[in-house]
Amino acid sequence: MGIYEQILQFVLTGLTIGAIYALVALGFNIIHNATGIVNFVQCEFVTLGGMMMYTYYSLLGIPLILSFFLSMATIILLGALIERGPIRAARSKAIIVLVFITIGLSSTIRGTALLAWGPDNVPLPSFSGENVIRILGAAILPQHLWIFGITVGVVIFLQYFFHRTLIGKAMRATAVNRKAASLMGISVNRMVLLSFAMSGGIGAVGGMIIAPITTSSYDTGIMLALKGFSAAILGGYGNNAGAVAGGLILGVLESLGAGLISSKFKNAFAFLILLLVLFFKPTGLLGYGESERV
Amino acid sequence: MLNIDLINTYYGQIHALKDLSLHIEKEEIVALIGSNGAGKSTLLNTVSGVTPPRTGSIRFNKTEISRRSPEKIVAQGIVHVPEGRQLFGPLTVFENLELGAFLRFSRESRKDIEKDLRYVMELFPILKERREQKAGTLSGGEQQMLSIGRAIMGRPQLMLLDEPSLGLAPLVVIEIFNVIRKLQEDRTTILLVEQNARAALRIADRAYVLETGRITMEGNAKVLIEDEGVKKAYLGNDYREKRRRL
Repeated sequence: MGIYEQILQFVLTGLTIGAIYALVALGFNIIHNATGIVNFVQCEFVTLGGMMMYTYYSLLGIPLILSFFLSMATIILLGALIERGPIRAARSKAIIVLVFITIGLSSTIRGTALLAWGPDNVPLPSFSGENVIRILGAAILPQHLWIFGITVGVVIFLQYFFHRTLIGKAMRATAVNRKAASLMGISVNRMVLLSFAMSGGIGAVGGMIIAPITTSSYDTGIMLALKGFSAAILGGYGNNAGAVAGGLILGVLESLGAGLISSKFKNAFAFLILLLVLFFKPTGLLGYGESERV
Repeated sequence: MLNIDLINTYYGQIHALKDLSLHIEKEEIVALIGSNGAGKSTLLNTVSGVTPPRTGSIRFNKTEISRRSPEKIVAQGIVHVPEGRQLFGPLTVFENLELGAFLRFSRESRKDIEKDLRYVMELFPILKERREQKAGTLSGGEQQMLSIGRAIMGRPQLMLLDEPSLGLAPLVVIEIFNVIRKLQEDRTTILLVEQNARAALRIADRAYVLETGRITMEGNAKVLIEDEGVKKAYLGNDYREKRRRL
């Protein structure tokens, strides 16, 4: 394989993993926009997506496509329960308190997952075979196409939802100005509930579509979520277009760095990029800085 | 229509409204005047549920609403146009208006909502031109029009207006006050909070004077505008002060 084919190969795999980062980043953004908090349970949404898929498909023998939607529904429900329970019940609505609640929940869920599924990585089958597809000398798996297609689908859905539906517009309005939103009769609580449910669903999708390539375990979500978080910051925290751009850029740079320099430092590349962004453009590539009007 | 009875509202330790009572009858314009910090905005926030009263009762069409959330109060037919407009800046003019009718989409036909949309665009033709523009890019006057337009989209029985003339050019103020009058003709009841006491008393039917959280005077607006005390405290001074600032 020549150097150009190699680079193409790295870019393609980078875009695939970047798509996952983008999904995770979108999950972070949606909750951030509704509540102002960083939701650490996002890691577990991703993990549990893969593990529930494994449970429904491999352990219970439910057909693949049904398992996919069942897992998604399960994590959507989990997201909603987290909002309905600990987040809404919190006496203090201070951001730092809510963030710590999510940290606590994240550890609790991870521990429970370890007890439930054990420490081993479990495999998941690809959605449609393992036949390598050749593109201009680079080789990709059908699963890569699934990842890409599903991510594009999710992004289009979110774009439609936030800009064309009344509820989506109400969610954007709540993100901009909670007080004004409630004066329009928009229930802020309900919008926050919805944001947790949606983030859960999106995180789960990310976990499920990557699992056939990377396998899945009780803590796969941590690294993916950290990278997704970096992607969100890279793009400008809270900005959805930025999340997608940040995810793809991070994925490609990481893959190029690992392939051309050293794969030992694969994770270091992502966080090095994050540090550089924080040093030189803390608002991110597409961030506006403080969007609040004074 | 609205009966407020001996309410006490606190902002943390601050006792902002003290044993305050007032009432508003159907299709009236009632003005609430008073200096900065007298509690005018607090009163509107208390009625709309943003800062509920600690004690006392607020009845709207004979229903007690003082313990309800802002969302529920909007659903009852009271819409609050808050101070500083509070628009959804990154959303378009059209989206802002749409969200004003948020609760109506599930109960009413799209046709009725579109009819009100046309009504708002007739009242404020500039909003029609700007409908796809982001609300944050509008001028101050246009933002105030959008804020009132958005409230009209909620089809309120009672509209609470907080300082609609604040920071606007005189011609725009006239336009806004003409619309307030038009709203009354179209059978909306209005509680108007204003620092511009003269303009408020001119269009109001009745008025209350608020000082440090208490009502100190009430009556027919035409009578209050001639009252020596009111003149001295809110009309004369106001003018002299303004001229000095210029």
